[in-house]
Amino acid sequence: MPNLALKKVPMPEQEPDVRNTNFREVALGYTEAMAVEEARRCLNCRNKPCVGGCPVNVRIPEFIERVAAGDFAGAYEIITSTNNLPAICGRVCPQENQCEKFCVRGVKGEPVAIGRLERFVADWTMENEPVPPIKVDKKNRKVAVVGSGPAGLTCAGDLAKQGYDVTVFEAFHIPGGVLVYGIPEFRLPKAIVRKEIDALRACGVEIKTNMVIGKVLSLADLADEGFEAIFIGSGAGLPSFLKIPGENLNGVYSANEFLTRINLMKAYLFPNCDTPVRVGRRVAVIGGGNVAMDAARSAKRLGAEEVYIVYRRSETEMPARLEEVHHAKQEGIIFRLLTDPIQIHGTESGWVRALECNEMELGDPDAGGRRRPIVKPGSQFLLDVETVIIAIGNTPNPLLKNTTPGLETQKWGGIAVEEETMKTSLEGVYAGGDAVTGAATVIQAMGAGRKAAQAIDDYLSGRRQDPENPACVVGSEVVEM
Amino acid sequence: MYKIIKREELNPSVIRMDIAAPAIARKAEPGQFIILRVCEEGERIPLTIADFDREAGTVTIIFQIVGKTTHMLGQLNEGDDLLDFVGPLGMASRYDQPQKAVVIGGGLGSAIAYPQAKKLHQMGVEVDIIAGFRNRELIILEEEMRKVSTRLFLTTDDGSNGVKGFVTDILQKQLEQGVKYDLAVAIGPLIMMKMVSNLTRPYGIKTIVSMNPVMIDGTGMCGGCRLTVGGETKFACVDGPDFDGHLVDFDEAMRRQQMYKAEEKQTLEAHICRLSGKENADA
Ligand SMILES: Cc1cc2nc3c(=O)[nH]c(=O)nc-3n(C[C@H](O)[C@H](O)[C@H](O)COP(=O)(O)OP(=O)(O)OC[C@H]3O[C@@H](n4cnc5c(N)ncnc54)[C@H](O)[C@@H]3O)c2cc1C
Ligand SMILES: Cc1cc2nc3c(=O)[nH]c(=O)nc-3n(C[C@H](O)[C@H](O)[C@H](O)COP(=O)(O)OP(=O)(O)OC[C@H]3O[C@@H](n4cnc5c(N)ncnc54)[C@H](O)[C@@H]3O)c2cc1C
Ligand code: SF4
Ligand code: FES
Repeated sequence: MPNLALKKVPMPEQEPDVRNTNFREVALGYTEAMAVEEARRCLNCRNKPCVGGCPVNVRIPEFIERVAAGDFAGAYEIITSTNNLPAICGRVCPQENQCEKFCVRGVKGEPVAIGRLERFVADWTMENEPVPPIKVDKKNRKVAVVGSGPAGLTCAGDLAKQGYDVTVFEAFHIPGGVLVYGIPEFRLPKAIVRKEIDALRACGVEIKTNMVIGKVLSLADLADEGFEAIFIGSGAGLPSFLKIPGENLNGVYSANEFLTRINLMKAYLFPNCDTPVRVGRRVAVIGGGNVAMDAARSAKRLGAEEVYIVYRRSETEMPARLEEVHHAKQEGIIFRLLTDPIQIHGTESGWVRALECNEMELGDPDAGGRRRPIVKPGSQFLLDVETVIIAIGNTPNPLLKNTTPGLETQKWGGIAVEEETMKTSLEGVYAGGDAVTGAATVIQAMGAGRKAAQAIDDYLSGRRQDPENPACVVGSEVVEM
Repeated sequence: MYKIIKREELNPSVIRMDIAAPAIARKAEPGQFIILRVCEEGERIPLTIADFDREAGTVTIIFQIVGKTTHMLGQLNEGDDLLDFVGPLGMASRYDQPQKAVVIGGGLGSAIAYPQAKKLHQMGVEVDIIAGFRNRELIILEEEMRKVSTRLFLTTDDGSNGVKGFVTDILQKQLEQGVKYDLAVAIGPLIMMKMVSNLTRPYGIKTIVSMNPVMIDGTGMCGGCRLTVGGETKFACVDGPDFDGHLVDFDEAMRRQQMYKAEEKQTLEAHICRLSGKENADA
């Protein structure tokens, strides 16, 4: 008899006014008893609508059935047959738009807490039964992966499990991509990312940090070094600015810089770590996505008294995960919706003093179906703040494109690929994740990494190693950026 | 890990090191830089590639001890390892064939300007170097600079060696005397690069400056290093560090340089304090 409760088993959390002063994880995770109780809410539907909503088709009712039976190791095996990084996905996937959106239990009441259960199973396994690395027969064929975000890591893991010698090249000194430099500790503890990466290393994946591909080695150099295929998972690292007056005042950050200082460089431990970050008494974060929520909640934790989310549309249009908006509100973040910044004002010595904004109202839907905000005439006002953080989006970094002749991109910078295989315009070179789609989600990046790994295996299996006729063909003339 | 192969003190606060980094040495060009980290809690700091040896696989850095990270770096010895060393970053300097160039270095900037002078010299350009220091103890690379220049002017702020005064005084005199330069390269404190650019502007001399804003990643992903050049926002780490001095908004750059002054002082003082505490305990 399933558990017929209409609501999810609540997630234990740090109290809002405790957690908004520390960087420890907010959501504490289910106990075994809670997990079993929640798992019993699943109806084990025959047509599995939830699975269709998952970008990597995790076998949801099957793993939940194992949880309900108390067989957590069995559940882990089922999840990881399609998802390499469950501890991460369980924490950061926008479940409300994916699996849980289609859950039958959601028709009347709350859907099954699929994300929380996924997280529980992954954490339980890390804690109790670390999975031994699988032994594979080496193929003695080399594949290079550029970038160690979820796309690159997934591609690397899949290929290593097939016996390829995979080397991941990462520009930063720590692997993980946005998972380490973007998403804060209080939402995704870095120890978890590290464990997932260690597990990949144990499968034989080699990770070389401090390697900016396009600078220290070009794609052509990689081909010359005997890599027979290359996967590009370099993400969408280029911050967009608003192009409004005052953006270069002291105290204006891109969310990338703000979060990188805090997460990668551990500025929240300053002065015990050397990298500083400046947070005023009042902070305005411009944007309405996960990045904006993370920046706002980080600013609060660093001691800002008033933190505003300034977003030009209404809450329904906000792209952030529901849970993040909810948590941000609980923590005292002030939402200034339908508010569009037009100028940043500075003090005489060049520090931020105020953000000038227009009030907006919603007009007709645009091509994408979102209602377009329009200015309310004469509604300008000043929001007094000392720090402004711009979180309006990122596009792919042009560095690789500019140093790789023949690598075709879309007009806005995304690398052009064939949809079925993720193959780029260059022979033997594949790409996926934010580098192709622009800023998207962890699970989509993983899906792309997986698809590319499959295509790379198909490609290399179909041809023999032949130095005269290399699999990876990249022109060697380097165009300076 | 990146081993320190050679360490040499050029003056009491300026140190030159050769670092084993074969992959970077293979690709490095004058004008580019590296970013390094000394320890796990440490900052990422950018330093110019002062020289490189492709055969030996080494990259030379020259740095001035100004704060905590450079202080810690200065305490390392031959055989020690750097934690992180990434590059070559930024764009290589590019010159179309000028006839006669003047290279102006202020203080440590002379060390950064030296490879530029050398490159121009090797291109067959006639090079004058004007190098300024606060006093004679601080003069570095005099012999090296002499070798690659037609004329070397040394100035000290206090007159303890060479001409008393600033590099801009010499440059002004040369320009007024009618010396015809078609390229000026200025590297040093922001205020010096601004003054040089103001001097050369009326003469229409193409002037290249090397900007050094605070950086983190050095790959264009944070925007912290942004500058206004010709009214447009540029990222110094990928679009530079070299820019047209006549287009750079120096006042904004100087203001942005001040952003973390208080925090920098705090880390340095805490560091020195911890060190002297340790030394006392050892004694
Ligand atoms: C603050 C923030 C919060 C987010 N929150 C969520 C969330 O809650 N849920 C969710 O699903 N998604 C979230 N996202 C989006 C998600 O993180 C990304 O879509 C995902 O990480 C993309 O993965 P990727 O592998 O394509 O790229 P990235 O994770 O960006 O990794 C790319 C890696 O490549 C490296 N690289 C780049 N260029 C080079 C080069 N030339 N040579 C070598 N290495 C290079 C980079 O340093 C980086 O490590 C968030 C993003 C941000 C910024
Ligand atoms: C492209 C570039 C090339 C450079 N080349 C050289 C060089 O060849 N030799 C040399 O001695 N110095 C060079 N610098 C400056 C050098 O990076 C700083 O002196 C160093 O970061 C100081 O660190 P610190 O911890 O010792 O001092 P801090 O006390 O942290 O800072 C002292 C001053 O250094 C600057 N600074 C601090 N942190 C950074 C940072 N992360 N990035 C950039 N600047 C910072 C600030 O102006 C600050 O006021 C260069 C800077 C840039 C951007
Ligand atoms: S739709 Fe919901 S109830 Fe049905 S199998 Fe999936 S998780 Fe279980
Ligand atoms: S240092 Fe981050 S963009 Fe230049």
